[in-house]
Amino acid sequence: MNTEAPTYTPKDFATDQEVRWCPGCGDYSILKQVQSVLPDAGFPKEKIVFISGIGCSSRFPYYMDTYGMHGIHGRAPAIAAGLKIANPDLSVWVITGDGDSLSIGGNHLIHALRRNFDINILLFNNEIYGLTKGQYSPTSPEGKVTKSTPMGSVDHPFNPLALARGAGGTFIARALDRDPKHLRVVLNEANRHKGTSLVEIYQNCNVFNDGAFEVFTDKATKAETTIFVEDGQPLVFGENDSKGIVLDGAQPRVVNLENGEASKNDLWVHDSSNRFKAATLLRCFDAPDAAAGCLPRPFGVIFKEDKTCYEDLLHGQIQTAIDTKGPGDLDALLRGENTWEIV
Amino acid sequence: MEEIKIKEPTRVKEIKKDVTILFAGDSGDGIQLTGSQFTNTTALFGNDISTFPNFPAEIRAPQGTIAGVSGFQLNFGSVEIFTPGDKCDVLVAMNAAALKANLDKLKIGRTIIANTSGFDKKNLKLAGYLDMENPLENNSLGKYRVIEIDVTKLTREALKDSDLGVKEKDRSKNMFVLGFLYWMYNREMQPTENFIRKKFQGRQDLIDANIAVLRAGYNYGDTSETFTTRFEVKPAPLPKGVYRNIAGNQALALGLLAAAKKADMPLFYGSYPITPASDILHELSKHKNMGVRSFQAEDEIAAVTSAIGASFGGNLGVTASSGPGIALKGEALGLAMILELPLVVVNVQRGGPSTGLPTKTEQADLLQALYGRNGEAPIPVLAASSPRDCFYTAFEAVRIALEHMTPVFLLSDGYIGNGSEPWKFPLSRDLGSIHPPKIEQKGEGEFQPYARDEKFVRRWAIPGTLGLEHRIGGLEKQDLTGNVSYDPKNHEKMVGLRAAKVEKIADFIPLQTVDSGPDEGKVCILGWGSTYGAIRTAVKTLTEEGMEVSHIHLRHLFPFPKNLGELLKNFTHVLVPELNNGQLVKLIRSEYLIDAKSITKIQGMPFSSSEIRDAVMPYLAS
Repeated sequence: MNTEAPTYTPKDFATDQEVRWCPGCGDYSILKQVQSVLPDAGFPKEKIVFISGIGCSSRFPYYMDTYGMHGIHGRAPAIAAGLKIANPDLSVWVITGDGDSLSIGGNHLIHALRRNFDINILLFNNEIYGLTKGQYSPTSPEGKVTKSTPMGSVDHPFNPLALARGAGGTFIARALDRDPKHLRVVLNEANRHKGTSLVEIYQNCNVFNDGAFEVFTDKATKAETTIFVEDGQPLVFGENDSKGIVLDGAQPRVVNLENGEASKNDLWVHDSSNRFKAATLLRCFDAPDAAAGCLPRPFGVIFKEDKTCYEDLLHGQIQTAIDTKGPGDLDALLRGENTWEIV
Repeated sequence: MEEIKIKEPTRVKEIKKDVTILFAGDSGDGIQLTGSQFTNTTALFGNDISTFPNFPAEIRAPQGTIAGVSGFQLNFGSVEIFTPGDKCDVLVAMNAAALKANLDKLKIGRTIIANTSGFDKKNLKLAGYLDMENPLENNSLGKYRVIEIDVTKLTREALKDSDLGVKEKDRSKNMFVLGFLYWMYNREMQPTENFIRKKFQGRQDLIDANIAVLRAGYNYGDTSETFTTRFEVKPAPLPKGVYRNIAGNQALALGLLAAAKKADMPLFYGSYPITPASDILHELSKHKNMGVRSFQAEDEIAAVTSAIGASFGGNLGVTASSGPGIALKGEALGLAMILELPLVVVNVQRGGPSTGLPTKTEQADLLQALYGRNGEAPIPVLAASSPRDCFYTAFEAVRIALEHMTPVFLLSDGYIGNGSEPWKFPLSRDLGSIHPPKIEQKGEGEFQPYARDEKFVRRWAIPGTLGLEHRIGGLEKQDLTGNVSYDPKNHEKMVGLRAAKVEKIADFIPLQTVDSGPDEGKVCILGWGSTYGAIRTAVKTLTEEGMEVSHIHLRHLFPFPKNLGELLKNFTHVLVPELNNGQLVKLIRSEYLIDAKSITKIQGMPFSSSEIRDAVMPYLAS
């Protein structure tokens, strides 16, 4: 990180372009939070680049007064890969959606995660295709009725974060457009992580899929359906922190903290560096409207680990080649190993 | 190591102007290696040479079958050589299938060198000889001179003291044949012995075995009473200078490297493995000390989009593939085009459509390069005409991409990509310099990413440059600012500007010249790409036969050189030979309204010069 970055305010990151998302769209909140965290992100503006694919969320770069590229559908992680290899000093943010990154661009997402480029991927998940006006997406729940599934979707949806971890992701987090404070915390951590940070952001599409995540944001239900994990803290949730999660062997179980069943000391303590516990947390993906007793949906930084980044290894190899063979001499290269002279 | 004594040849020495040899055997027989060793030795000797490796798509197709036959044809001479030869003078057949598959390529009266152990009952059956009748024994080869050698047996004999297993011993039998041919054509074994020592470094047993067998093959020719004639092919009177041997894909890689260096830009190469383009990836990956960032992407789309990302980031982005992969890159090429970023897209063409003939050659992707995108998306197109020309055309493609801020298509094909020839390589100081329109500092007023210079070229502001922050994208952009715009008139203007920029390149490329023959006359053969050698040889033959015919060969296919139309109008007949169903001919007819005629071949094989000659004859007579 560059400690000599000038002092910015969030306004410095806004362009003169009129923001054209539908009024009430969750994207506005995410844009605002990103603009809020960048002044303290440690990079001068000219070193920040936003890359996107296609979809509502992918208009994002036009609204960021940094360098930016609005690419083609699904390919933002691959564009970012080339950019990061070209210049590893840049702070590269990929903006994508559930259709963009999990359907047409699924391949690039998993390979970016596996290679662990030092980039931040913000996956705006609204469980619908918005820009094409309302078809089901790879994260839409089974039975979802949309324009293309009038009798309900028969697809099983992805669990995006479990998929990311399966691909070798080194920073895996979940946040909500309607919890700006928590979103900013997660974005800051994503920015600090060296490696590919994947942040899934539940984002409400108020036109084509309004309320998809209401069960996680509505005052009446959110205490029971969500759990916000923090390193070193026990897994507590529920109204007045009345519930917790314990691990029975490898099996997580909800316990009541008020009736003497268990105390806070018995609970599972979050450790984002523990890949086995992380795998279990990532599996807490029950449908929120399932019968009472289902595990709440985890939010926050679920997993992170230090791992070498592709671009560092690649530039390391280039340096090694230069150190051992000497900097390339074009004339020697053109000459090759076997020559003959005609006199 | 035992010292070998080479006796002074006492036999008849026949002087030849040029010779074509076709090595043929199982794809596991080491045919490609044998051919390339003979090529290198012969090039070092000073002959002009042209080669054509021809192999099956399968790595190890069923042994002994026609489908598994791998071939390596080379034509060398004391005269200038432009093709690997129409028909061969020597056919080396390591087994029955190799003979059966290639006999029609041998000139009548010429030599077959047959490995008799490859003609046993099993091999005859696999090759499909009826009733397992051995062609070596039934007089069916009466029109040829047949040299029978039990290569397998003699190889084992030469290695009787070696501790290697039989399988490993048999693997060196290609060296026996190579040694024999070195004897036949008076070649030195030293370059191949050096090669063997390097290749098998750390395995002294294999070094000893291969060298012993190579020498055994040579000595067999020398001592065996059967062979009375040796041939001599004197060095070719090539222009003075220092030469090396080069294959097309390798030359192309060097051209990219040289151009990146002359432009002082790091080279980013994003690629996904595909036949016959992968050798470019292999070559570039070897030169990390030149600063190459080679990236084997997860698919063709990532290969091109990562290159676009790298170009955005201030590198020279390059991607390469063959037809099917190019099809996958189509959308991204439209993006690069509308972004107006430099990008070089190499297509080493192969037989299509679809997966087609992966290891065979064709020129059927010209219209794909020109038109294979949605919307009005003009991209300049260049084509290389020979293995060494891949270097210069790659250099030119990079120059246009960088100086005109545009993706550029560079067409090669399997024939010249895998083929090789001597190359009087240039010195780096003799290569032109390349000046990309980078902008390093913010000027007065707001930065306008889509403002243009007199060539209609925009400036290249690279992320990391203070004060030039801007956004680009695939949506139509407002003139000058690059902001998203849906304004109808603006769209038409931008389409026009982007087209004008590409058309303007015609002012910055050389005028078309006539390769051989007069500037006007009755017949002009207009070629592009890898047909160069066959056309050149046909024109040479026709000229020797007293006909007057001209040859124009295009490197720049879009935009065309400015004088091309005028030049073509100087001829009564314009004939366009292509390895496709007639693609350039369509462009010529529509662009210049002349009655150009097509000569086509779509067999996965290059034209022979006699095919061109025969197709041209009626127009010369009429």
